[in-house]
Amino acid sequence: MTLVFSFFLLTLLVITAVAVVRTRNLFVAVMLLGIFSLLIAANFLLLDAADVALTEAAVGAGISTVLFLGALALTSERERTATPHRWLSLAVVVSATLVVLYATFDKPSFGDPEAPVHQHVAPWYLEKTPEAIDVPNVVTAVLASFRGYDTLGEVFVVFTAGIGVLFLLSAQHGHAAQRRPDAKDESDIGLRDDLIPRVVGRLLVPFIVLFGLYVQFHGDYGPGGGFQAGALIAAAFILFALVEGEERTLEALPFNTLLALMVSGALLYGLVGLAGVFLGGNFLDYSVLAEDPVAGQHLGILLIEAGVGLTVTGVLLVIFHAFAARDRF
Amino acid sequence: MMQTVLDILSWILLTAGGAFVLVGGIGALRMPNLYTRMHAASVTDTMGAVLVLAGVMLQAGLSLATIKLAAILLFLLITSPTASYALASAAMIAGIKPDAGRAADLEDDA
Repeated sequence: MTLVFSFFLLTLLVITAVAVVRTRNLFVAVMLLGIFSLLIAANFLLLDAADVALTEAAVGAGISTVLFLGALALTSERERTATPHRWLSLAVVVSATLVVLYATFDKPSFGDPEAPVHQHVAPWYLEKTPEAIDVPNVVTAVLASFRGYDTLGEVFVVFTAGIGVLFLLSAQHGHAAQRRPDAKDESDIGLRDDLIPRVVGRLLVPFIVLFGLYVQFHGDYGPGGGFQAGALIAAAFILFALVEGEERTLEALPFNTLLALMVSGALLYGLVGLAGVFLGGNFLDYSVLAEDPVAGQHLGILLIEAGVGLTVTGVLLVIFHAFAARDRF
Repeated sequence: MMQTVLDILSWILLTAGGAFVLVGGIGALRMPNLYTRMHAASVTDTMGAVLVLAGVMLQAGLSLATIKLAAILLFLLITSPTASYALASAAMIAGIKPDAGRAADLEDDA
């Protein structure tokens, strides 16, 4: 049954991908990309990768759609026609496809228990998690503790992406009042005519933040963690910005606070790693953080997940504001 | 016995929900213009979602999953009409006339 669903979803995925490539209207392409993300999230869920599915749904279908729309607002809605090197790109794509198809013959078949991925370190993680870290969600144990270095790298990639966008869009913050002097009037901010989305949006924001915090701190026990929670909380503020206007959002959560969030999350992660060194362990070894090694692991995971959540929230909102502020110049 | 009744009831609800979603999908494809298409798709949002979620709730029984499903149902009942409203009002602002029977919004693309 799962196989049937998988085939169905993968077929839809291919159809959506082709439609994204074929359409000349970029607005349609953005919407199709959102559908693509939702389909692939459902696919991840079928493969029992609930954590990845949650991230993909929140970031791919939610926030990147908004960011794409923000980018579209700065450019035109139509794709420019006539790419000059059509045959060349076709040849590259065809040969790459053939190579990838050839490579799939070497892959173990779907769900094969003898596959290298199930033989190498995965059994060790599954065996060691209950005694060394003792959290029910092994994904969190692997992500935050066993492979804490990788996650540190990911957090700094997100952080660097935020800095990169800020440089590229050269967002000049702190001039919200000067940017739109006509926006002082209460009725001119956000969705001034649309009462229903405004009321419902305002109603939903606290619940989305609450759910984000639940995902953040429940990540040890169920699907979730800092990445997902950061995306959800950022989505709540983006929703607020969409219904109430960007200025109001910047009043609630100023740009400098966002920058501080972004930096402090990455710093917190790094400092937890250094604390392990100073307390006599290795870098990112949480066992030495408390008397009991398992309690130390819990504390370390809690702290670095908080760091991840802070950075992701900060970076996503900074990118959003950088796009939103752009058309005012 | 009880379980069988619940199972049958839940399958009836799930099938009915699926049928509503199907009808909504056909309507969204076949209706002549944007507003009538949205009207058809709203069947999916309300009846389809409510029936499917009720069916799944019967399968889950009295558990945490049912409470989560109820929360999802409440969320959908609030957000999907709002989304439909926002879409319709955006279409109005964009200047698409609610003119039933004519493919008003298709003529722009052609």
